[in-house]
Amino acid sequence: MPMRYSPSAVVVLCLLAVMLVATVAPAAPTINGAGATFPEPIYALWMSKYYELNGVKINYQGIGSSGGIRQIEAGTVDFGGSDAPMKAPDLAESGLMQFPMVVGGVVPIVNLEGVAPGQLKLSPGLLAEVFAGEIMYWDDPAIRNLNPDIKLPHKAVTVVHRAEGSGTTWIFTNYLDKVSAKWHEKIGSGKTVAWPTGVGAKGNPGVAAYVQRVDGSIGYVEYAYAVQNALPHVSLRNAAGEFVQPTVESFQAAAANADWAGAEGYYMVLTDQPGKATWPIVGATFILVHKEMEDAETAKVMLGFFDWCYKHGGEMALEKDYVPIPENVVAMVQESWKTELTAGGQPVW
Amino acid sequence: MPETSGQHRADITFKLITAFCALAVIVLMGGIFIELLRNSLPSIRTFGLGFLTSDAWNPGASEFGALSSMYGTLVSTGIAMLIAVPLGLIIAIYLVEVAHPAVSRVVGGAVELLAAIPSIIYGMWGLFVFAGVMQDHVQPALGETLGFLPLFQGPPMGIGMLTAGIVLAIMVLPFITAVTRDVLLMVPPVLKESAHGVGSTMWESVRSVSLRYGRRGIIGAVFLGFGRALGETMAVTFVIGNSHRISASLFAAGNTIASSLANEFNEASEPLYLSSLVQLALVLFAITLVFQSVAHVWFGKLQQMETGQR
Repeated sequence: MPMRYSPSAVVVLCLLAVMLVATVAPAAPTINGAGATFPEPIYALWMSKYYELNGVKINYQGIGSSGGIRQIEAGTVDFGGSDAPMKAPDLAESGLMQFPMVVGGVVPIVNLEGVAPGQLKLSPGLLAEVFAGEIMYWDDPAIRNLNPDIKLPHKAVTVVHRAEGSGTTWIFTNYLDKVSAKWHEKIGSGKTVAWPTGVGAKGNPGVAAYVQRVDGSIGYVEYAYAVQNALPHVSLRNAAGEFVQPTVESFQAAAANADWAGAEGYYMVLTDQPGKATWPIVGATFILVHKEMEDAETAKVMLGFFDWCYKHGGEMALEKDYVPIPENVVAMVQESWKTELTAGGQPVW
Repeated sequence: MPETSGQHRADITFKLITAFCALAVIVLMGGIFIELLRNSLPSIRTFGLGFLTSDAWNPGASEFGALSSMYGTLVSTGIAMLIAVPLGLIIAIYLVEVAHPAVSRVVGGAVELLAAIPSIIYGMWGLFVFAGVMQDHVQPALGETLGFLPLFQGPPMGIGMLTAGIVLAIMVLPFITAVTRDVLLMVPPVLKESAHGVGSTMWESVRSVSLRYGRRGIIGAVFLGFGRALGETMAVTFVIGNSHRISASLFAAGNTIASSLANEFNEASEPLYLSSLVQLALVLFAITLVFQSVAHVWFGKLQQMETGQR
């Protein structure tokens, strides 16, 4: 008789295998977050530095702001990231608290032969017309008039926008909605809008890749992605009528207008701010956490990381062209942590 | 006798295990269908049949329609099949009937290797390499020669429906080729020899003997490729341009059901948005089912005809 394995032996073996997988011991608490791709470059830097210094692992997945809100509402992550602030009533309804982490700028980027970074100038109205598909070619008289010193090719304009719900889109369309009546009437603002033209790409990296690929394209990304991919940005005319370049200084000029104390639930929009040096498309990016946390230990580790970012992350943020949150605002945020965040009825901060 | 009883027990266990595994497939299919249907109910209630005929896709205003995604799925798959079926058949015929066995082994191996490349690699290659070739060479050439057709009008972006179709064609080619080759190898040599014996050329013998003998298997190969092209996600998402519009031009960006799901499912925060995406999946499920059924009926007809002839 050939040897036969009895079925019960097979079952036992399977169970053993399952147990082996299941008993891999949990290491030190790992914090998981997901959301906006806009702050991902600086979050990644902070997290790797923090891990180096303290051995605490914080994971962050850039899946888009809408995804971040959805994941934190579903409780699959410890914190969510979003560039589109939630309004106070919505926060209350989902039992969430929101606070600003860092401020950054959104810049239009182009792929046009012979156009250097910051060389192409656009007015707010023109930018809206380009993204609305009303300007079909780069040598359109309206663009030529603003840029007499650039030889613009007769090339079709390809708009690159986000394919998924995005906080970067929210900030960008919030700006276009403010500066163009036509845009406000036809398209409006939001994390997703009905783009009348163009191609969609996923995440800030996706938009950068598409713009790099397609001749004659224009897209919008968080500034760090323009720098990383060496994509020429556009110079924009701000509310004061000056043409400005995206720099940490021009983002700071916009952020200086923020009145955080008067912002309920830290709801803050920083587009089209006054000031001669102000970059017009700036936004804060936010962290979302549950007010009632499941586990005090995890909550403490997580807030400890955010605290470290506020106190020691400023230099790194500036290096990556983000603007740190001012100290007085950090004090306000940490006061809110004390009063609003609990685990099992006990404050966690 | 203990030994026979042991044998008997083993047989029963064997039967039970195999039956259970087979049943699990049915349960899984049914479960997926019910789950899809249940989660699409809000969207079905809101849009009704209009979901299938509307090309609106505006999450901000909670307007959803499947038409542009269905169109993109069928058109990109259609392009892929138009290219991959003839090419796959020709390659398979070459490998079996024409090529030296050594050449056949090398080329055959290369074709099978194509099937082993993960789809994300096809996507990245499609976006970073192939889209450039399309933009700089293929699309301008097509625009100049066939630009009078609306199909080939518009600016050459490199990405878009045509690029997605061609990348899909490359992805399904190995499936069609490999299965067709195996089918052709099973044609009894005596049949081919008799064809040659009555003075057929190589092409005549292939057409009237091999392809005819193996046609059911070849149709199976085509449907295998078809099914794969319908549901392919990653590679298409990279190169199709992800826009919810129906354009006459194949140069324009579009979307497929699978690419829309890949792009938007994680980010859909509104219940109706989510439900509409699930209903898109249900539509894909239905499309696949319809084509499978058509294939089955066709198969049955062919079989009847063949037995009738004999």
